[in-house]
Amino acid sequence: MLSKRIIACLDVREGQLAKSVKFVDTRDIGDPIAKAKEYYEDGLDELVFYDITASSDKRDIMLDVVEAVAAQVYIPFSVGGGIRTVEDANRLLWAGAEKINVNSAAVLRPELISECAYAIGNQNVVLSMDIKQVKVSDTIPSGYEVVINGGRTPMGLDALAWALQGEALGAGELVVNSIDADGTKAGYEINLTRMIAEAVSIPVIASGGAGKPEHLLAVLTEGKADAALVASMLHFGEYTVSGLKQWLHEHGVKVRLKYA
Amino acid sequence: MLVIVDYDAGNLRSVLRACEHEGIPACISADPQEIMDADRLIFPGVGSAESAVDTLHARGLDKAMRDFFATGKPMLGICLGSQIVLQKSEEGHRDCLGLVEGVVEKFDLADKTLKVPHIGWNEVEILRPHPLLSRIESGDEFYFVHSYFTRPANAEDVYGVTDYGGRFCSMLGHKNLFATQFHLEKSGKKGLSILAEFGVWDGCV
Repeated sequence: MLSKRIIACLDVREGQLAKSVKFVDTRDIGDPIAKAKEYYEDGLDELVFYDITASSDKRDIMLDVVEAVAAQVYIPFSVGGGIRTVEDANRLLWAGAEKINVNSAAVLRPELISECAYAIGNQNVVLSMDIKQVKVSDTIPSGYEVVINGGRTPMGLDALAWALQGEALGAGELVVNSIDADGTKAGYEINLTRMIAEAVSIPVIASGGAGKPEHLLAVLTEGKADAALVASMLHFGEYTVSGLKQWLHEHGVKVRLKYA
Repeated sequence: MLVIVDYDAGNLRSVLRACEHEGIPACISADPQEIMDADRLIFPGVGSAESAVDTLHARGLDKAMRDFFATGKPMLGICLGSQIVLQKSEEGHRDCLGLVEGVVEKFDLADKTLKVPHIGWNEVEILRPHPLLSRIESGDEFYFVHSYFTRPANAEDVYGVTDYGGRFCSMLGHKNLFATQFHLEKSGKKGLSILAEFGVWDGCV
């Protein structure tokens, strides 16, 4: 039986680990390579790096981070942030990433998903969606809207419709990130996650809002997510990967426990 | 020297890195002569069996790999590399290398809540001991990403199985060849241990 995955998300800005609250206020909190290694040793299932470097001329720093992580960490990891072309995706794969995450650029130009899927395989293309709850309307029948630019720009695009379109274009996995829940530590957006997980036939990774082990339990059971993304719970040392997995195991969730 | 066979099927560098991490000298090659001269061979792979088989054929690597197998030197297939050693694949209806009797089939699961591709960490159950599995036990988990699986014709070629809506062969072996459906280079320390054992395996079971 397949295990539920715990995925650590590391936001990297100019080579440094950063953590945002509601996508606006970010502060640097350490070395992403050391963190990645630490979590790997402690039984993490997968890693995601988001490059939040603002200026494009400093983006090559991320390639060095990816190279260094790939030399030390032998679990799957994906990289997102600033991928606009197949060439961007290939550079990251060559540096050692397993998968790439596309987000805003795919909303603006959906063919990016199919181009990447053709070039590097569906299974290596993750569509990351930033989503905000809105009033149900004709354009947004699900009541959830896709936003870009770190949550600042609403796109008039229904989140459920976008998830299905992303799957049809060749995305191999979906990250469902709730902008409302992000950074609140008040729990994942369960309704949103379940709605999308039930609609698509590719794995769904829940993101945004994790603060307690109970939140992971809820999204992996009620929320029907295949994997849960965590960030600050781990980054500030409040919880450990092995501790979280042991707790989930004791609460009936199948997770990978033997990794040493 | 260990040679990683380049047939345009996925991230060979991640396997090369894993070899370096385990202290196994290795290189990547698409040259039939270099492949024949290798001490041991790894053929990783992601992507589709049809393009993989077509590329092997176009580069003359199918013959090189058959000849290499006949020498008795150790061979290790990973993911798609475990599928191309059988006789036939449903994917693109291609004839494969035929080093092991059997076929490759697509998941057709009765339980429609199970997603295909099978992506994530899953357990293996070891059916018979093998030198490469000396540090592995039943219940250990590995990282899978695939929609097709192998069905060796002879039960004695099946070394391990995994349950995903039914049991499928996740580790196969035949003479000097061993292959895993999972990505051992992305399966943490358990996966790396198989690679380390392969680095010193003499090809005998």
